[in-house]
Amino acid sequence: MTRANLASLAAGAIFGVGLALSALVDRHVVLGFLDVTGDWNPRLVFVMAAAVAVAAIAYRFIFRRPMPALGGEFRVPKTDVIDARLVAGAAIFGVGWGLAGFCPGPVLVGVVAGVRDAWIFVPAMIAGSWIAGRLVR
Amino acid sequence: MNDWVASAAGGALIGLGAAFLMWSVGRIAGISGIASGALEGARGDRAWRFAFLAGMMIAGAVALQFLPAPPRAQTGSTPLLIVAGLLVGFGTRLGNGCTSGHGVCGLARLSKRSLVAVMTFMAAAFAAAFVMNHVNVSP
Repeated sequence: MTRANLASLAAGAIFGVGLALSALVDRHVVLGFLDVTGDWNPRLVFVMAAAVAVAAIAYRFIFRRPMPALGGEFRVPKTDVIDARLVAGAAIFGVGWGLAGFCPGPVLVGVVAGVRDAWIFVPAMIAGSWIAGRLVR
Repeated sequence: MNDWVASAAGGALIGLGAAFLMWSVGRIAGISGIASGALEGARGDRAWRFAFLAGMMIAGAVALQFLPAPPRAQTGSTPLLIVAGLLVGFGTRLGNGCTSGHGVCGLARLSKRSLVAVMTFMAAAFAAAFVMNHVNVSP
């Protein structure tokens, strides 16, 4: 395995343990957050705030470097255009997320963890992505 | 461990994983994009994606076994899960990102696009959850 793939594996492992601790694999935690009219569960706020804060601070230092540690270049989106495609895509994603409480990272962890609903959700998610890929190409 | 402390610690690790991916190989840790690229992307750009996803899925699943409160037994409605899955896959592909790509990495980069995406998907998710609770379908 190349050093880049090993680094990606390690980054994924750190990210995955974070997803496990955040409890988002339990979609009812997410639904409890989204249901503000019921017994509101604010855990998601702590997950997002901590994740964004750590990444934001780290990125500031990382982007001072000329290139990634293992070579190549930083691949970040250069466009700043806010268009209908972005907003429509985000809205459609949001509706799906609000219906079931699964977003892509946690549900993929759920597949390996034996979460039954993740096994139903993920094939549909892959199909939805494939369909969108055909339409917008 | 207190729920909120666990959540903040989990979030910090998510941010750390995203930072490590950028530091080492210069990529955004957006799960929807990494996954669709792993399945349909350019041949030479797939290995790191599979490596990241394997690390995430296996380490995440193993870590869950050590937590005091594993995910509750889930038996949601199959048609609802399929519709929601289609929408999540379609929307994240169309909008170029999900909770991690736009939510964590995009906001951390102070991207205006990502801020708009996050506000949009949060509003849509709250609205969908609200409607679900009022039509009384058990999710």
